[in-house]
Amino acid sequence: MIPGSFEYHQPDSLDAAVGLLGELGEDARVIAGGHSLIPMMKLRLAMPEHLVDLKAITNLKHITVENGAISIGAMTTQAELIDSAELALAAPIIKETAVQIADPQIRYQGTIGGNVANGDPGNDMPALMQCLNAAFTLQGPNGEREVNARDFYEAAYFTARDDLEILTGVKFSACTGGYAYEKQKRKIGDYATAAAAVLLTKGADGGCAHASIALTNLADTPLYCEDASTSLMQTGVNAASIDSAVKSCMSIIEPVDDNRGPAEFKKHAAAMVLKRAIELAWSRA
Amino acid sequence: MTKASITLNVNGQSLTTEAEPRELLIHVLREQLEITGPHIGCETSHCGACTVEIDGRSVKSCTLFAIQAEGTEITTIEGLGNPDKLHVLQEKFKEHHGLQCGFCTPGMITRAHRLLIENPNPSEEEVRFGISGNLCRCTGYQNIVKAILAAASELNQPETVA
Repeated sequence: MIPGSFEYHQPDSLDAAVGLLGELGEDARVIAGGHSLIPMMKLRLAMPEHLVDLKAITNLKHITVENGAISIGAMTTQAELIDSAELALAAPIIKETAVQIADPQIRYQGTIGGNVANGDPGNDMPALMQCLNAAFTLQGPNGEREVNARDFYEAAYFTARDDLEILTGVKFSACTGGYAYEKQKRKIGDYATAAAAVLLTKGADGGCAHASIALTNLADTPLYCEDASTSLMQTGVNAASIDSAVKSCMSIIEPVDDNRGPAEFKKHAAAMVLKRAIELAWSRA
Repeated sequence: MTKASITLNVNGQSLTTEAEPRELLIHVLREQLEITGPHIGCETSHCGACTVEIDGRSVKSCTLFAIQAEGTEITTIEGLGNPDKLHVLQEKFKEHHGLQCGFCTPGMITRAHRLLIENPNPSEEEVRFGISGNLCRCTGYQNIVKAILAAASELNQPETVA
């Protein structure tokens, strides 16, 4: 389990990191927490000639909550998300999701930036970011741009990020309504067999003022379920509307047979976690 | 690939060695610095046998390049106790039979040590959740959990004045 040779770089500013990527081109990979990349390098499924480590770029590690706007730096670890008291108030679904990722040791190292940028359909944060309607900030040779999480994922490991760009952070609005991230997995530390992120806000009339649903590991990208989200807002949340929202989501998933089970089982698990997530989110709304 | 000079502060001792960037921390600790408490179990980030503490975080040292740990403070099982003076966790693992083959034990205790610093009075559920990144193939975990709870309880006793 010894990775291929590479040269190690530890730039101390974002500009220097972007400059290095420009100089080294496609032979370089950015490393954040390393818990996706290093295992791939051990298997020699990834053999970058240069690693650009972001750990010394201190301004990539922050959690800012201001007037309902949340901004999180890419190098913020899952453990730091879990420990943030202001995040627990402003967006409790972040902690609910982060504690279900991997295990304690990995959460001390794994970062939100790595989790969303890698494009692994098994990662949990991408669907959560779609549910939150987050925007990702990318810094490249031509400056900074933002891409909505719902437009970012193209296929497994293919995203809107250009090879010469670095994902520097995520932004979204505070969400204080009902929330739930329900995840079916074989054991602690595993990726999801199926998982669902749900946000629901109850209106003054008892109806559903806002709904947002996204799914993890049920296709080669995370799935934002626009139709189901809209229909819950129109019909309100009750047993019949939950059933129809679940049916609508099930019509867009494309699970495949693998070591987590046959596709039919995953459909069953997906319907179950989604129903639970909607019910739990509504009970907290 | 040229080797880089790497200085690590391990168990209070500053140690300098040379390693290629691709060398994992667990390999450098064990093979170059001869710190063999952290074990190589799965080498795939699952089992936690290689757990060490780096700057106050429990880390699987098989999933970090040694060069990334340059300048950090590292604690391994060797830094917690020794045969003449066991750490409370080691005493409690012995007392409660929290090990059989012992292979997972250094990682388990190093992880439990950090857990009890962050949460000095954990519930049984919190202990189980806190050590969920460490696998044991012998004990079924019951006695490990008992040992960690017993250590927490002892560490929470007010210091006795001689």
